Amino acid sequence: MSYTELAVTAVVLAVAADRWVLRTRLLYSRDFWITYVILLFFQLITNGLLTGLRIVRYNPASILGLRVAYAPVEDLAFGFALITITLCCWARLTAAAAPAGDGTAGPS
Amino acid sequence: MHWTYLLVLAACLCATVPLEFVFQVRVLRRPVILLAALLPELVLFLSWDLYAIHAHQWTYDPRRIIGVILPGGLPVEEALFFLVVPVCAVLAFEAVKRWRSPRMPAPRPAPSRRRWPA
Repeated sequence: MSYTELAVTAVVLAVAADRWVLRTRLLYSRDFWITYVILLFFQLITNGLLTGLRIVRYNPASILGLRVAYAPVEDLAFGFALITITLCCWARLTAAAAPAGDGTAGPS
Repeated sequence: MHWTYLLVLAACLCATVPLEFVFQVRVLRRPVILLAALLPELVLFLSWDLYAIHAHQWTYDPRRIIGVILPGGLPVEEALFFLVVPVCAVLAFEAVKRWRSPRMPAPRPAPSRRRWPA
C-alpha cells in the first residue's frame, strides 16, 4: 500500500476507534478539536522542519505530491490518526481509572 | 548536524512539559496509565513505520540523525517520536480541558480499590 492509502486507512481506524471500539466520542467534543488545532499548528512547524531540512525524505512514488509546509499532505492524516488514537486510549483509560457519573468517557 | 532530529523532539517536550506544572494536569505523574495509553499507538505506528522503511516510502538523512539504528532500520529518533509526540498530545489535551473548566479539581492519585472495612 502507498503512504496515501495507509494514511487514509489510519484515519478511518482512528474514527472507528473513537466512535465504536472505545466509544470515547472525542470527535464530538470541543476539547478535542481545540487541542487538535493547537497541535496542528505545532505539527506544521515541527514537521516542516523535519521535511524542509530533509531529515525525512519521501519516495515520490508513494505520495500524491501535494505538499503543506514542505510536508506531504498525507502527513496531516498521519498526525490526525496518531493524535486521535492516543487521546482516545488516554480518555478511555483515565475514565476507567476514575469511574464517575455514567462511566462513559465522553467529553466533560 | 547529527542532532537535528533529536533537537526537534526536545523542542516539542520543552513546549509541552511545563503544562504539567502550569495546569497541574497530572499526566506525567500517572506514568503507568500514560504508558498504557500509548501502547496501541506505539504498536500501530511503529509497525507502519517499519513497513514504510522496508517499502522505501521514506528514508532518513544519515547526516541529521545520531546514527543509532534499531532493528528494521528504524532510527532511534523515529522510535522516540512515537513516545514524545503522543505525550505532547496528552499534555495539551489535559491542559485544554483544565483551561476550559478551571474549577474542575485536579485528578488525584487513584484511591485504594479496597472496599469499606466490613
